[in-house]
Amino acid sequence: MKRKNTNKYVSFALVIAAYAIMMILTASGKITRSMQGMLVPICAYIVMAISLNLTVGILGELSLGHAGFMSMGAFTGTCAALMMTESVPDEGLRLGISMVIGAIFGGIAGFLIGIPVLRLKGDYLAIVTLAFGEIIKSIFNNLYVGFDKYGLNFQLLSEKGIKLEEGGRMLIQGAMGISKIKKISTFTAGFILIILTLFIVYHLVESRYGRAIMAIRDNRIAAESVGVDVTKYKMTAFVISAALAGAAGTLFAMNYSTITANKFDFNTSILILVLVVLGGLGNITGSIISATLLTILPEALRGFATYRMLVYAIVLIVVMLFTNASGTKMLISNIKAKLGGNKEEEEQ
Amino acid sequence: MRFLSFLISGLSLGSIYAIIALGYTMVYGIAKMLNFAHGDVIMVGSYICFFAMMRYNLPPVVGVILAVIVCTILGMVIERAAYKPLRQAPSLAVLITAIGVSYFLQNGALLLWTSSPKVFPSIIGNGKIQLGELTISHVTLLTVAVCLVIMAVLTWFTGRTKMGKAMRACSEDKGAAQLMGIDVNGTISMTFAIGSGLAAIAGVLLCSAYPTLVPTTGSMPGIKAFTAAVFGGIGSIPGAFLGGLLLGVIETFAKAYISTQLSDAVVFSVLIIVLLVRPAGLLGKVINEKV
Amino acid sequence: MNKKLYSVVLAVLMMAVCVSGVFAQDAIKIGGTGPLTGGAAIYGNAVANAAQIAVDEINELGGLQFELRYEDDAHDAEKAVNAFNALLDWGMQISMSSVTSKPAEATSELNMEERVFGMTPSASSTAVIEGKDNVLQMCFTDPNQGSASAAYISNNDLADKVAVIWKNDDVYSKGVYDTFMEEAEELGLEVVSDTTFSDGNDTDFSVQIADAQEKGAELVFLPMYYTPASLILAQADAAGYDPIFFGVDGMDGILTMEGFDASLAEGVILLTPFNADSEDEKTAAFVAKYQELYGETPNQFAADGYDVVWALAEACEEAGVTADMSAEEINDALIEVFKTFTFDGITGENMTWDEGAVNKDPKGMIIQDGAYVGLD
Repeated sequence: MKRKNTNKYVSFALVIAAYAIMMILTASGKITRSMQGMLVPICAYIVMAISLNLTVGILGELSLGHAGFMSMGAFTGTCAALMMTESVPDEGLRLGISMVIGAIFGGIAGFLIGIPVLRLKGDYLAIVTLAFGEIIKSIFNNLYVGFDKYGLNFQLLSEKGIKLEEGGRMLIQGAMGISKIKKISTFTAGFILIILTLFIVYHLVESRYGRAIMAIRDNRIAAESVGVDVTKYKMTAFVISAALAGAAGTLFAMNYSTITANKFDFNTSILILVLVVLGGLGNITGSIISATLLTILPEALRGFATYRMLVYAIVLIVVMLFTNASGTKMLISNIKAKLGGNKEEEEQ
Repeated sequence: MRFLSFLISGLSLGSIYAIIALGYTMVYGIAKMLNFAHGDVIMVGSYICFFAMMRYNLPPVVGVILAVIVCTILGMVIERAAYKPLRQAPSLAVLITAIGVSYFLQNGALLLWTSSPKVFPSIIGNGKIQLGELTISHVTLLTVAVCLVIMAVLTWFTGRTKMGKAMRACSEDKGAAQLMGIDVNGTISMTFAIGSGLAAIAGVLLCSAYPTLVPTTGSMPGIKAFTAAVFGGIGSIPGAFLGGLLLGVIETFAKAYISTQLSDAVVFSVLIIVLLVRPAGLLGKVINEKV
Repeated sequence: MNKKLYSVVLAVLMMAVCVSGVFAQDAIKIGGTGPLTGGAAIYGNAVANAAQIAVDEINELGGLQFELRYEDDAHDAEKAVNAFNALLDWGMQISMSSVTSKPAEATSELNMEERVFGMTPSASSTAVIEGKDNVLQMCFTDPNQGSASAAYISNNDLADKVAVIWKNDDVYSKGVYDTFMEEAEELGLEVVSDTTFSDGNDTDFSVQIADAQEKGAELVFLPMYYTPASLILAQADAAGYDPIFFGVDGMDGILTMEGFDASLAEGVILLTPFNADSEDEKTAAFVAKYQELYGETPNQFAADGYDVVWALAEACEEAGVTADMSAEEINDALIEVFKTFTFDGITGENMTWDEGAVNKDPKGMIIQDGAYVGLD
């Protein structure tokens, strides 16, 4: 219990310190364009990693379709923001409302996919989430949405059926996604979203719900036998995870002038899973650090030119081997013992 | 007639998925890991065969054999270097390493063989058989036949030979298998070798049927085959075979009778529905947990 | 896991990213982003290679000196923005925008905000140039190609019944398709079969081909890149279907694929601004040099990249741009020059630009005996 608490404070401290440092650097103009451009996506990936960690690390179910929820949030949130361009002139407020809407739709998607998920285990669950991500991608690639003063116009497969009144505009144009998005995401908004996410997740983990969820992860049958409502708790964790991903999706999408469904494909889901595993299952602080690292890494490797992605792959393999292989684990703990390192640093 | 010709192209596509899925399923059965680099081993196999035939003018058979040899060795090397050190680690760690290996192979291929697409030469010519209105190409026949043969050989191998029995023993219980004097590490290595050899054959067939070869050629068929393996019940050899064929047929029919635009959504929806009815896949065994 | 280790690595990485380049200024820095890895790598590498050839040629002449840097965006808007920012840190003064459409939509927004002049070789979506005064295209816009194709088919009475196979998750393909359909309706072309494919489904085309065949299409319009097109040609041949195949500029390059059976492409018509077999002196010299350096025949992407660098260099010369000018100064000078600038390149002659879009004529080509023959 004590360790959990320290971990929690470390997470908050880390995020706040990083935010303060970045703000100071930005204000004093000491930060590169490259770093500055990555601040919002880093925030989005951190929230994605924390939320997936809730499913994979804390609930113990492998999900390969987390980008699907992000996509859901990105599209619905961005549409909402575009519709509110006039009615809500304040950009911060508009972004906030959009993120809430993205979170709601992400949560709904999470609920819908949660129904089959609860019946399945292990890799079968993984494949259902993968399938779900592909379905979402396929639908958004063929969805046309227009908006005018009478409201929304939906059409699947072709935009021909959409007749817009004067002053209306197309929001989603199938494979072309959403274009000409007004970029309103800011680092501060990302920071607030991370802090909110941390509050929600830590609150959940430390509550009755969290203990029930971890009991299910560790031994479902035992948990069930003492009267834990497995379905309810699993669903709660899953929906919260999806809703947070939705909000992150909105934040991410509003940082670019264009967004397409193909961005949120299987590879993105896998990337987020990599962040979670690298940071340590169930370790929220680890997720924050690894999300930051792995977003910066490919950029930092630009010096390798054509060998960049090859080096990235090697780094990924080596890090996984180094942190997980039994041989190196022994080595690390030996070194620690010699240095008299404290045990608190060690993961469970 | 339309129906029949779609059925045949579906079966041909499905046979390729099935061969790849067999590799997935064997590795999963024994090592309990999803080898996401499997699709990229396919790509390497195709390139080897391509260069053997186009640059060195070797006959197709030699090209295929070379591809099988290279992929078998590659599979064993990957297993030794990247997966073996993680035998005790959580399965997710191995999954991520596999993804790293997949990136490595793709980007290595990009550097070695450039991004320009290569057109794969047909290994048995462009002949076709005419049955009334129905046209069946030789490649289609070969693909389906090879798939059946591989399936039969694997069933025999795992069921009858000593090595195959050792594999099954390892997949049931590694500890017990070791106690019975089975070389667990050797068996796992062997499984990777066989799976990767199959990948080479799948690659050659894939590229013969759909002759464009780029460094990302293997990734999508890899994912589809993984889906097929789960569909049929992962770990089950007949399951992977059935799952692959069904996936190919459903995909083709979805395109033909529903919508080419939404075929992916249809395929994956069918998958979800099937898993809801049979939570362990078509032929997978539902193992009741003991309390 | 070991947090200390992570923190150290993180700090090192931050430093690596945060340290900005110190620039020694004797050459004008041109930067571009494109897919150098991943599924679309062929296009990015073609542009980067050809642009480098052009830069070397220009520098050899001894006038204005240029330095080129291409950063990888893996055909992804997010990574393109990262790449663009990295180029800004490097000190980019003129931008070649991005190679593919969606990334270019994102980076052209930055061209506009940061006031860096941009000219994309091949990002053909209209959203790339719309509303931007300093982003130009070297290629045709997608709508332009779609309507030109429909008009060409109708004017030359190539067919009455037409089938279209297009890629429904690709901006380029969809852009061409949309205007093709509009124009076809207007001109009375009957589109009897309309089928699609997408990224994961781009190997098996039996259904699409059967549909076109059954409905008696005499011409199949293929608004796509040449990799899937080559598969369609092969599978149509296997199915015993032999219509006229009609492509747009993405089809160019099909003959350069290693191992491609050119007889499959016999009779294929395509609208493209570039012909690698051309007798034209400039083109021949470029093609020879590209083959010598990279061992491949350049495609239309490469030609566009080559032209962009030459156009920029000539425009800089005309505007009196020097290496010590800031990106914004160069931007303003180039905007002014391009209002009246005409350019002769290997993808067209007397090119002019109007609101970012290029005016040049697409050339109709037909493939005969494995080579392009110009149509009128």
